[in-house]
Amino acid sequence: MAKYTLKRLIMAILTLLLVACLTFLLMNSIPGSPWVSEKAPSQATLDALNAKYGLDKPLIVQLGKYLENILKGDLGVSLKMQQNRPVLDIIKEMFPVSAKIGVFALLWAILVGVPLGCLAAYNRGKWLDSLLRIICTIGVSMPSFVVASLLLTGLGGNDQSMFPTIFKASLGVKSYVLPCFALGVYPMCYISRQARSAMLDSLGQDYIKTARAKGLKNTAVIFKHALRNALIPVITYLGPQIAFVLCGGFVVESVFSVPGLGRYFVQSILNRDYPLIMGTTIFLAAFIILMNFVVDILYKVVDPRITLEEGGN
Amino acid sequence: MDNKKEGKLLEVKDLKVSFFTPAGEVKAVGGISYDLNYGEVMGIVGESGSGKSVEAYSIMGLLQSPGKVIGGSITFEGEDVLAKSKEEMTDFRGKKVSMIFQNPMTCLNPVYTVGNQLVEALRAHNKDISVSDAKKRAMEMLELVGINNVEKRMKQYPHEFSGGMRQRVMIAMGLICHPQLLIADEPTTALDVTIQAQILELMKELQKKTHMGIIFITHNLGVVAEICDKVSVMYAGKIVEQGKVNDIFYSPSHPYTNGLLRSMPRVDAEEYERLIPIDGTPVDMLNPPEGCPFAPRCEHCMQICLRKMPPYFELGDGHRSACWLLAKQKSESKEAESNG
Repeated sequence: MAKYTLKRLIMAILTLLLVACLTFLLMNSIPGSPWVSEKAPSQATLDALNAKYGLDKPLIVQLGKYLENILKGDLGVSLKMQQNRPVLDIIKEMFPVSAKIGVFALLWAILVGVPLGCLAAYNRGKWLDSLLRIICTIGVSMPSFVVASLLLTGLGGNDQSMFPTIFKASLGVKSYVLPCFALGVYPMCYISRQARSAMLDSLGQDYIKTARAKGLKNTAVIFKHALRNALIPVITYLGPQIAFVLCGGFVVESVFSVPGLGRYFVQSILNRDYPLIMGTTIFLAAFIILMNFVVDILYKVVDPRITLEEGGN
Repeated sequence: MDNKKEGKLLEVKDLKVSFFTPAGEVKAVGGISYDLNYGEVMGIVGESGSGKSVEAYSIMGLLQSPGKVIGGSITFEGEDVLAKSKEEMTDFRGKKVSMIFQNPMTCLNPVYTVGNQLVEALRAHNKDISVSDAKKRAMEMLELVGINNVEKRMKQYPHEFSGGMRQRVMIAMGLICHPQLLIADEPTTALDVTIQAQILELMKELQKKTHMGIIFITHNLGVVAEICDKVSVMYAGKIVEQGKVNDIFYSPSHPYTNGLLRSMPRVDAEEYERLIPIDGTPVDMLNPPEGCPFAPRCEHCMQICLRKMPPYFELGDGHRSACWLLAKQKSESKEAESNG
């Protein structure tokens, strides 16, 4: 296990290094600069700003300096959006908001999606299965910003209403409802489809026949024997899904004006706030890598046949 | 077990099972009858698709839709199995009748330990037994089926067992509640020959110990000769011949049985003697022929065979066969005339 973890850690560091380099190059290939605003600053001011933040040096030197700083745990300071505030501070403030929404969105997606999938599998070919299929197909094919906008126009209201249009942390739970719902629709529908086919597959296996032949009750056959096996493909899917919820979060956070990391990430790109772009990208990449690792461990917990040491990569 | 009961354990009468598929009704089992006494071992022999397994699943109440029992009766220890409710069937399975399957590699749930699955089988029918007692009992069962180091084995997962070992576990699981009847659906087909012999030996030994009845479904006549007291030969959903094992092997009277025997390798064969396969292919069960289902492949096929299903002709001591040839042999019998 220790050997496996170490291997994964080294892989993770290499991946992050690659992500950092690629992001840096891409970011600098976009035209524009952090200093562009309605009133163009003088050339002297620009030079002074560039010199202050090291933007006057060749790209390769800038990259080297940046990587060196990361190793010291320094992600730099924001250039524009929150001037001179350390990027790490900003992430620390924004991420919990995004994480809360993401976790609740995924939680309801799993808690509703898996049972719905099982229900559909159990009623295969009947009207309930067809109805769920229609709902899930719609859910899967609708982009999250459409879902979010529909929810806003349909249910959104002012601060006093059930579902406030504009997110305010001070309003508590009720301002989380719509964003969490909007973000969870796609994964819920996808998980439900996945669970349905996994469940059907599992119900057709020989060990289900054995379980019935043993005289087990229907509930034991389904929940003990079929469901646990059906969860294996669902869990496999969760890794990339966590990434999706984070990315989907960019859009949903923007629509609901949630002060989360996703919205900040988008705005940092629009503003060419270079250190902030780098910081948030690396942070998200690290987070996704971590989540994938957690999913792999979970995978092992559910399926004893998996050995992480050998097939881990 | 010491309570050696005598008499009829299972009586199947004119059992008909159909599958209602979009293409039409498939009569998988077209009216079969047989008896099984306590402690008797019966083989059901036939090629793929002859309805052997479907028949067994009907006894267990495990027919999956679109399969349906559409006629006949199944009586087990005097009780009508087909009249039982779903709950009663759940209780019946595993307790009165157990089943083991063809492929031990896939029949155990890969995500639970062997011990867990054995204990579960026992506790499904003995709610008041404690977990530790159930474990003890499971370990005894594993020892009984010849598994060593049971304490460690109980905690292992199925993938840590070989195919033969898994089939032993399946047998232990089937017998843990002391059923009166064990249905073995091709239990040795997926195993290699030496393991096959071991498993057969084990089943024979356990049968003697427990005095349970066994229905042994197979397409391997060698296995039948090894373990069975009597045999039913199935073809296209019908039992074409049935009798004591010696009757079937030494005086087969149905051309299909004959064909099966000739297509089987023999130790005493001449050096270059070829096996004789049965020509043709099994019947299309969607459109079964009007007369005897074996007629199109039968080398002795007569006019009447194509028009009319032959009745059973009793050949004495439970040996009977459904073939018009027998009528011809007893050409003076009135039966043949009235049917012809």
